[in-house]
Amino acid sequence: MSSNARWTLICVLLAPAVVLPLLVGVYDRHDPELWGFPFFFWFQFLLIPIAAVLTTSAYYLARSGEKKGDRR
Amino acid sequence: MNGVAVGVFVFLFLLVTVMGFAASRWRRAASLDNLDEWGLGGRGFGTFIAWFLIGGDIYTAYTFIAVPATLYAGSAVGFFAVPYTIVVYPLIFLFLPRLWSVSHRHGYVTPADFVEGRYDSRPLALAVALTGLLATMPYIALQLVGMQVVLEVIGIGTDSSNWFVKDLPLFLAFAVLAAYTYSSGLRAPALIAFVKDTLIYVVIIVAVIYLPSQFGGWGAIFDTVESSFASFNADNADAIAAGQATPRAIMPAEAAHWAYGSLALGSALALFMYPHSVTGVLSTRNRSVIRRNAALLPAYSFLLGLLALLGFVAIAAGVKVANPQQSVPQLFENEFPAWFAGVAFAAIVIGALVPAAIMSIAAANLWTRNIYRAYLRPDATHAEQARQAKLVSLLVKFGALVFVLALSKDFAINLQLLGGVWILQTLPAIVIGLYTRWLHRWAVFAGWAVGMAWGTWLAYGVASPVQAHFGGPLVNLPGTETKVYIAMLALALNLLVAVVLTPVLRAAGVDDGTDHTSPDDYTADLGDEGVVEELDPAAG
Repeated sequence: MSSNARWTLICVLLAPAVVLPLLVGVYDRHDPELWGFPFFFWFQFLLIPIAAVLTTSAYYLARSGEKKGDRR
Repeated sequence: MNGVAVGVFVFLFLLVTVMGFAASRWRRAASLDNLDEWGLGGRGFGTFIAWFLIGGDIYTAYTFIAVPATLYAGSAVGFFAVPYTIVVYPLIFLFLPRLWSVSHRHGYVTPADFVEGRYDSRPLALAVALTGLLATMPYIALQLVGMQVVLEVIGIGTDSSNWFVKDLPLFLAFAVLAAYTYSSGLRAPALIAFVKDTLIYVVIIVAVIYLPSQFGGWGAIFDTVESSFASFNADNADAIAAGQATPRAIMPAEAAHWAYGSLALGSALALFMYPHSVTGVLSTRNRSVIRRNAALLPAYSFLLGLLALLGFVAIAAGVKVANPQQSVPQLFENEFPAWFAGVAFAAIVIGALVPAAIMSIAAANLWTRNIYRAYLRPDATHAEQARQAKLVSLLVKFGALVFVLALSKDFAINLQLLGGVWILQTLPAIVIGLYTRWLHRWAVFAGWAVGMAWGTWLAYGVASPVQAHFGGPLVNLPGTETKVYIAMLALALNLLVAVVLTPVLRAAGVDDGTDHTSPDDYTADLGDEGVVEELDPAAG
């Protein structure tokens, strides 16, 4: 993988973690409820593990690049 | 006041005091007489310690008090703290390893050090340093406000009408904190953060499992809160229509979407401009520690979200307090057995000590490097710098204490609000500076000045039902009725000024200074030339 391809992929992986939480209109609703939590709340809680998984993938990608001297 | 709760509280407090002093011997430093050791803990913290330290930095006691308080008071916008702490990590992942690399290779201790090296501009470095100091001071004061709230609920000292007796516990707690920060530097909060986070995790997990079961589960809690807000809105319909009261809701109204999103993004961008976050990040051993932590730190965001919802639990539990900030401590006092309430109170107070220590160290580093050494004593030795920083860390904490005791709490909260607006204005100098030197140094300076002035002026003009000025962080986007975070507006103008002035200044031939960094400085890692595990203080 070329350096640019790798870092494009990393940014693509990270983008949802930045953009999704800011699109309030997407999750500003009451239903469906989960365990009594309105959607507004449980969706934001769900975003946390999603963001963590995406950032972890980006980390492994960046690390495999670093081993080849590709750092940014 | 409950004897058992106070006993448990005092025991845990004494435990961390002993740890704070013992921390000076932790991780065998040959000498604490330089800023790399005292102010950055030796720059050698690995993933595990950094997780606790940076976590203690971001999720402060004040957050733990203030965020549930906003929900308790019916302002759903306060929940923006959760998206804010999601958005921040990808940004940390991308930007901060570069700051780490360039700082490690050049021995930079503060963000202003980097700005001076990159832009070759003493005025710009001074501007960044002063902004950092100005924004950090009220933040420290707010940690005291958080401690004060807990002490009030425990009932220590509040029975007395004598101001000295009343404030003595706070005074003592802070004196102890000041003493061990002085002697152990950044190692003290790093070590205490273990205790703090263990306690907080235990308390929160117990609270979110045990408490909802007492009030019929989360579904019932949300229902109770919604009906309570609906009846508040009905009872105060006239006042709301007249703008004298704010309607309550569990979710931000559609008109508040931009407010919610811009607060989250603005706070995330501001967070790692704060000197204390930079201090936490620069204390790590290598670039991977930062990136790995960007993936691991969101665990705290989950905790913060759950804690925020305790504001709703307090409503369902029938907690009635005049000051919403007391809602969660009061909930603990009412619903937990005395000994566990003591643990919970200790968790919050210790949670205030960790960030207060890191912030005072960061402020002391800024003062010492970018004002004392830059202007007062250019030939100061490393030992002299460390001595100066230790003294200043005492002064900063004492200043914060006087601030909270002598002036009003609201003043500290207003200033903290302004602090966020101000600190974001250093973003072009720092973040854009990490990628390119295209911006002219004087254009960056002008953008900063304009952003600071406009942001302050906008905040001054915000009235709330209880305050004529500095009433909140939101203003209408010019020409619309949509409210947005002031800091983001000011940043937009700041960037515009910097971008427009750059070609103008270049064309006019204004001296742009010499960049003292080179492109490979931004990707240097442990093991590369000039990047050693323990920096040699004599070389820097």
